[in-house]
Amino acid sequence: MDTNKNSYTIIYSTVLVVVVAAVLAVVAMGLKAKQQTNIDVEKQLSMLGSAGLAQDVKNAPDKNSYVEGEFNKYVVKGLVINAKGEIVKTDSTNLVKSEAFQISPEEQYETMKKIAAATSNSEKERLMAELKLPVFVCRTADGKEVSILSCYGPGLWGPIWGYVSLEDDFRTVYGALFDHKSETPGLGAEIVTNKFRDQFKGKEIFKDDNLVSVKVVKGGAKDKQHEVDALSGATITSTAVQSMIMNWLQYYLPYIQKNKENKDAADNAEFIQTEANSIAAADTLTIK
Amino acid sequence: MDKKIFTTPILKANPITVLVLGICSSLAVTVKLEPAIVMALSVTIVTGFSSFLISLIRKSIPNRIRIIVQLVVVAMFVIVIEQFLKAYAYDVSKQLSVYVGLIITNCIIMGRIEAFGLSEKPLPSLVDGLANGLGYGLILVVLAFIRELIGSGTLFGIQIIPLSWYVKEGGHYLNNGLFIMPPMALILIGCLIWIQRSFQKDLNDK
Repeated sequence: MDTNKNSYTIIYSTVLVVVVAAVLAVVAMGLKAKQQTNIDVEKQLSMLGSAGLAQDVKNAPDKNSYVEGEFNKYVVKGLVINAKGEIVKTDSTNLVKSEAFQISPEEQYETMKKIAAATSNSEKERLMAELKLPVFVCRTADGKEVSILSCYGPGLWGPIWGYVSLEDDFRTVYGALFDHKSETPGLGAEIVTNKFRDQFKGKEIFKDDNLVSVKVVKGGAKDKQHEVDALSGATITSTAVQSMIMNWLQYYLPYIQKNKENKDAADNAEFIQTEANSIAAADTLTIK
Repeated sequence: MDKKIFTTPILKANPITVLVLGICSSLAVTVKLEPAIVMALSVTIVTGFSSFLISLIRKSIPNRIRIIVQLVVVAMFVIVIEQFLKAYAYDVSKQLSVYVGLIITNCIIMGRIEAFGLSEKPLPSLVDGLANGLGYGLILVVLAFIRELIGSGTLFGIQIIPLSWYVKEGGHYLNNGLFIMPPMALILIGCLIWIQRSFQKDLNDK
């Protein structure tokens, strides 16, 4: 048979492409569920990691079921909030399927970039209304209620992302976790290490009620409340982590403010209540 | 079947040190042992099976589109492997990132198909492909072993250099950061070629 005829070549390539496409489609369809589970588990593990949980994952015999178990155990609520700080949606069951879990920080970051570049106020407002931010409320083993916030931004070679968890006073950082796509191994890629992220624990994101976020400082942190050490040899990645957190905290700020005020008010009320109680107690004493 | 088909590509005509093919990925994925081994296995499977499949259909391939046909077959195997890694070895696939997809452009695969698969019977082609993949893998593992040990002080992520040797623990040892950068991999490959050529005199130019 003449394999060099035009008609033969065309039919041959058509059949080949159809066969290959069919094989690939079957493989992709067959493995899709499994792949999605892996991606979801990775996300859950990152969130738990930012709250200092699921540390035994390396020793767990089955990573996926361990992570899902821990996630269901500790994370109690998934909230979707808007740029005004209002809660749009609350889910407390089946969190992996919840709307908050489905939010892609990457897409939200694209919106943030557009907001920053917006020229008119009306456009800016329209984009702000589109913004959806996920918050996960997590009850840790030591009984603290921790809010896990998402963040995402550009690193040196590719995107970096992470989760920052705040204590219930909405001032103190409870923990943080970062990951990256393609930072330099041994330099920028060190943002994933415990050594780097443990520094964030206990830092305050407010200074005199102004949002200062956590600064990543070259040459050693001086202000122990608001600064952490940068990575040596990775100035751009370090700065990228700092601006990523600051950027996202700015959008989370209305929500943080509201909760912070509520918390402060609650603390005050408690204080007044105890005051009143002690005065009342003193009164009864004097009456007696 | 001649035994040499299997043994030659592993050392005597090693794709990396003798043919100098597949350098790009051998620089990129040899920072740690685990991804290097997964990469080596993936390439071995792809070279073996694509060579086998091309050899099976070699008489029917229209000569004018033969490179395209080869590419389509190689790409199919690579995508299938990528999908399986994402489903069953997610962490490793994250470390390998784009390099699994880039197996398609690995010169070893196309080189072997052109040089062997297109003209030989299926079974020898399969063996030749697998052997070339293993030859590539051997160099990858050697590189990754040296780079991970000296660059990070670990093997398979397990600490090998005692922690008490390190400067921050009061010792006198530091990991050599140069070894985790790609240029050092190229220098190491150069050293391997040097070593091989000092033993295998017939490789040297007259």
